[in-house]
Amino acid sequence: MIGKESTVGRVVKFTFLGVWLLFTVFPLYWITVTSLKAPGDIFKFPLAYWPERFSLENYSGLFGTADFGTYLTNSLIVSTVAGATATAISMLSAYVLARFEFRTKSALLMAALVTQMIPSFIALGPLYLLMTDLRLVDNRLGLILVYIAVCIPFCTVMLRGFFENIPDALEEAAMIDGLSRFSALFRVLLPVMRPGIIAAFIFNFVNCWNELFLSVTLMNSDSNKTVPTALNGFISSFNIDWGSMSAAAVLTILPTMLLFAFASRHIVQGLTSGAVKG
Amino acid sequence: MSVTSTTATKTKTPGGGETSHKRGLPRGGRRREFTTRRGLQIAAFMAPAAVFVAVFTYYPMIAGGQMAFRNWKLTDLTDTSWVGLKNFRDVFADPAWGTVLGNSAIWVFGSIVPQLVIGFALALWLRRRFPFRGLYQALIFFPWAISGFLIGILFRWLFNSEFGVVNDLLQKAGLIDEPVAWLADPKTAMVAVLIANIWYGVTFFAIMILAALQSIPDELYEAAALDGAGKARTLFQITIPYIRTTLALTVLLRVIWIFNFPDLIFGMTGGGPNNETHIVTTWMIKITQQGDYGRASALGLLVVAALLVFAVFFLMATREKKGVRR
Repeated sequence: MIGKESTVGRVVKFTFLGVWLLFTVFPLYWITVTSLKAPGDIFKFPLAYWPERFSLENYSGLFGTADFGTYLTNSLIVSTVAGATATAISMLSAYVLARFEFRTKSALLMAALVTQMIPSFIALGPLYLLMTDLRLVDNRLGLILVYIAVCIPFCTVMLRGFFENIPDALEEAAMIDGLSRFSALFRVLLPVMRPGIIAAFIFNFVNCWNELFLSVTLMNSDSNKTVPTALNGFISSFNIDWGSMSAAAVLTILPTMLLFAFASRHIVQGLTSGAVKG
Repeated sequence: MSVTSTTATKTKTPGGGETSHKRGLPRGGRRREFTTRRGLQIAAFMAPAAVFVAVFTYYPMIAGGQMAFRNWKLTDLTDTSWVGLKNFRDVFADPAWGTVLGNSAIWVFGSIVPQLVIGFALALWLRRRFPFRGLYQALIFFPWAISGFLIGILFRWLFNSEFGVVNDLLQKAGLIDEPVAWLADPKTAMVAVLIANIWYGVTFFAIMILAALQSIPDELYEAAALDGAGKARTLFQITIPYIRTTLALTVLLRVIWIFNFPDLIFGMTGGGPNNETHIVTTWMIKITQQGDYGRASALGLLVVAALLVFAVFFLMATREKKGVRR
């Protein structure tokens, strides 16, 4: 289709792809290797590119001296609940934006875009005061509510794209058969949209899992900290303990990486099919 | 993200029952009969999203925006009087402001240009099938799953002056004789944060461009081949013009996003050494942490203004030469 590749062209291509792959994977490899070295070996020359002595001491330290299990649990609860709720809410708004024409529509889309343009720090102070009034500071429910609001704009835009890829003859037929719009949405459209919905949820989950500044602002006590907040505590101390830091980093990255590996196909597919039809 | 999929479905049918089958019940002939009901339906579906975003995003943003015109310091909350543009004058009068602005420009352009070029090359080369292409795509997708803050920490360790692997590799390759204290010198620190951000951001370009490339009809390439167009000519006269809308929108979104992205620098250098790697948004964090909410908020409004101006000019500049259908 795109013309023949010359041998030279192919060598250049695969060299480039290979170099980029190495460049992409190496930092992840390095942090993993660091985390698996016995603590003293991290600071030993020559640097070992493969652990001489494998050790899980860095990991066990996280759950012994630091309370990393609690942070992981907090992050898991907050990200799952906020991610799922935001997906459900965005599904409704995305559906309307994809299927109806109305006067305020472009204003609503603009309002969604604007939220992405404004630095979040401008809102932190008033948000803290608001949450204090609602008695939701240092409270997982409070963080969940805020994260839902953070996820909604982008999730709506993303799901709207998926809805637009589905012919509306599908729910029309269901509505002619006597289903209400709401049940047509749930019984007919959602099953077709499943990959898109899963991709949207994973997007939300990962965003909440990674969020730092809001959680630092709203969660004070140690038992309520999420993982990024805890990591922020690790780097704030003058001397970073790279052993536990690397282990903590691996534990933070691993879940999101697995989810993305699982969803990347759906995300790319969603974009790709949209482009082909457009 | 849906930028590429919106063009197909905009056929309005103002009244007239015959066409209603084309585009669904709400748009066609029945539209007028059920206006109130339709309005209520729209409102009901939009309400949950609107309430959440209004209460937890817009209200704090607007409340934060007005702090820019007040004396609002955590150190003294008894006096929060209106001070006009004083906070903005303070921002401009700060001796660090020039460095911060310059760094922001370096940060945005130094990130976006390599991201675009490498992302484009990856997309071109990923278009044709090869063994394990799916696995390859999944692997280079990984940086996207990691937070900017954590990427900062990752690269902080890689660029560590004593035990960092970057120094070790460069020494092994004979490129440097002694370890470089990357993050202790403003110039090398800036290079290091840029490398980290390029590592992070290329994937997004690659995915968006690859999706757009796959929308180019094969006939165009066949015609070009018949006309004897070489690779370079095909690239510049067919490929790039055809996907220019996607390219422009992706660049626009990324510039806005990178400008607004303090996380990586915050995790990697914290703005150091000596405040020399601060960009506008990390500077805003620093001022917030010092408790001067008024001035931080003024900085935030400046960011919004700059991004709006940029977005308008950019859209005008890329729309102007619109001879292409997409």
